[in-house]
Amino acid sequence: MNFDDTPQEAAFRETARKWIAANAPKEFEQELSKSSLGRIRLAKHDMVEVGKAWQKKKAEGGWACLHWPREYGGRGATPIERVIWQQEEGVYGKLTQPFQIGEGMCGPTVMAWGSEDAKRRYLPKLASGEEIWCQLFSEPSAGSDVAGLRTRAEKKGDNWVVNGQKIWTSGAHYSDYGLLIARTDPNVPKHKGLTMFFLDMKSEGVEVRPIRQANGMQEFNEVYFTDVVIPDSQRLGAVGEGWSVSLTTLMNERMSIGARLATGVPEMFEFCSNLMLEDGLAIDDPAVRSKLASWAVKSSGLKYTSYRAISALSKGERPGPENSIGKLVSGMMLQDIATYAMDLQGAAGVLTGADEETVHGQFQQMLLSSPSMRIAGGTDEILRNIIAERVLGLPGDIRVDKDVPYNKIPTKGR
Amino acid sequence: MNFDFSDDQKQLRDQARKFLAEKCSPKAVRVVLDGKAPYDKELWKGLAEMGFLGVAIPEEFGGAGAGHLELCVIAEEMGRANAPVPFSSTVYLAAEALLIAGSDAQKKKWLPAIASGEAIGTLALFEGKGNPAPKNVKLAAANGVLNGVKKPVADGAIADFAVVAARTGSGGRDSDISLFLVDLKAGGVEVKSLTNLDPTRGQAEITFRDCKAEPLGAAGEGWSILAQVLDRAAVLCAFEQVGGADRALEMGRDYALDRIAFGRQIGSFQAIKHMLADMYVSATLARSNSYYGAWALSTNAAELPEAAAAARISATQAFQHCAKNNIQVHGGMGFTWEFDCHMYYRRANAMALGLGSLSYWEDQLIDRMRKKNAA
Repeated sequence: MNFDDTPQEAAFRETARKWIAANAPKEFEQELSKSSLGRIRLAKHDMVEVGKAWQKKKAEGGWACLHWPREYGGRGATPIERVIWQQEEGVYGKLTQPFQIGEGMCGPTVMAWGSEDAKRRYLPKLASGEEIWCQLFSEPSAGSDVAGLRTRAEKKGDNWVVNGQKIWTSGAHYSDYGLLIARTDPNVPKHKGLTMFFLDMKSEGVEVRPIRQANGMQEFNEVYFTDVVIPDSQRLGAVGEGWSVSLTTLMNERMSIGARLATGVPEMFEFCSNLMLEDGLAIDDPAVRSKLASWAVKSSGLKYTSYRAISALSKGERPGPENSIGKLVSGMMLQDIATYAMDLQGAAGVLTGADEETVHGQFQQMLLSSPSMRIAGGTDEILRNIIAERVLGLPGDIRVDKDVPYNKIPTKGR
Repeated sequence: MNFDFSDDQKQLRDQARKFLAEKCSPKAVRVVLDGKAPYDKELWKGLAEMGFLGVAIPEEFGGAGAGHLELCVIAEEMGRANAPVPFSSTVYLAAEALLIAGSDAQKKKWLPAIASGEAIGTLALFEGKGNPAPKNVKLAAANGVLNGVKKPVADGAIADFAVVAARTGSGGRDSDISLFLVDLKAGGVEVKSLTNLDPTRGQAEITFRDCKAEPLGAAGEGWSILAQVLDRAAVLCAFEQVGGADRALEMGRDYALDRIAFGRQIGSFQAIKHMLADMYVSATLARSNSYYGAWALSTNAAELPEAAAAARISATQAFQHCAKNNIQVHGGMGFTWEFDCHMYYRRANAMALGLGSLSYWEDQLIDRMRKKNAA
């Protein structure tokens, strides 16, 4: 048992480190290391522009999407090399946020299901950040039950005509392309009537509207489709195979190993170390210590769970299912920590401004944003189902709509 | 990075699992649970023959001279099997105290006897309620004899010798405590068995009356030795707890697949699935924290105190959580004496107190994290 690199890994790390030292946009280092929770914002620069510049530079140096094959814009790196790169990229990795959906989900789906022409045309530009992709899956009435989606695609000659609405699309407003799943046959059971496409987000009939979220911010979008034409050449997989294709995408979503999720623990530890309560420092209070300790071991447990996955990659093995616990643990923890930090602040905890006694409202912001951590990318409940079914081997849910044609499924309760 | 056990260590784990599945069935555990024997002597002998008792004891003292990582994988299996033997008292506490502080003569006398299964050892630390702290040690040492009462002493009624924490100074400082080695068969002690949560691991009260004792380690060093022993034992116990948690989770999973209610497997209900998923989450966090503890233990890293506390807390929580919810998944049957669920529930809750309570270790962890942050 050790934490050391193999000689090859060490050599790779050294190469990556040198390249980063010579090329990273150091002027943003401080600002990036400060923003630890939620979306990243730069005070005087546009995040997407700065991100694109960094991504382009990486692509020129052979460091963008490095685990992809060279012909599609990658470096042909091994999974462990990808992890090492992420470790070395450090805070600059935050600049890749606009590209993560494309790199993590859309790209792999095109790679698995696209034609050779499509792969050569789209993947290198996706990798270099020149073209940004978004994912158009969720709908107002199809969240966890995404296969219940309503957006229709109808065949007209060599084209498809799309009508409907998507929601919770990150980055739709700056994306060039979108990966779209739509219903092509409402007369068969829901999973069987879906087809996957990709489309130019500048197509006529696509309208992107920002959503104002419960925390007051606008980070996601609704996307409306009105008679949007998509050529059949932009279909991924067979007609009616959309569900299988989407599983490639979703599987990739859950494979991002080594991506450290924010837990709120370092912020909370620091806060309690400095906060004066009536009887002394918060961190000297037994009740505070007990809670802090429980959170700390969850956070360290997640860290070492990811180390176990990295070790498996290093040996060329497939990591076990342990990594599926990350978001489930950290999402709930963020919310609990925020609530408790505010409890310690007492009356002042209600304030959300840049007050000193509330450490600039960071926990208030965490409180208001944390519900999304428990919903986006699979709700806590869906994640528990996945663990129960795929890891523990428990039976799937009994699905009453499984064999019912989609257009016969009830759409409203009561 | 190779944050995993080696193939040889995994093989040893499989070997231990196989051995215990054969020699330590729930039926065998129940002999001790039902009070028909104080511990499983046959199993103890078998563990010695397999070389498990001395796996981390150097060869020159009769052990296998492997190491602590090897001991960790065996500990996990001991926990999984709920083994009714004085393994933790003898191997994690007494043997480790000897390894850390014993003189050559003391090591030669006791370590080979531990490895061969001839001697059972324990640590006599607690004196009634309270957690490990110098001020809670009242038992007095003077002129080579001990006077006072220790309770509870794990496996005290079957132990041949004990490492005893005694007061040699008058205050509450670490340096007021020294350790002594006592041959419990040599007189001067009165041993009384006490009923306890987990009858598969006995607890006793030991009264020392002008009992002869030899110092273990230097005078006034007792607390600092003890702190090291407790850290090591915390990691090793964490592996037992991880093994127990995994077994409780498996039992719950298996029952959920087997039991039909409302016309379907109860494991198809989300209320049950989600409970089991949460058990998996806590067991996984505990395992990962324990692996880090194992690394720190095996390399004697400066991180050991923090890693040990984290492993202890995480594993205690996981075992309690899994054992409790295993009963819940089983419903009424889980509350019968006949089903094995309560054996793990008992063990989980007894282990949670054995080296100091959960809140004690939470306190320790925060202290140790602060020390690291300050450094």
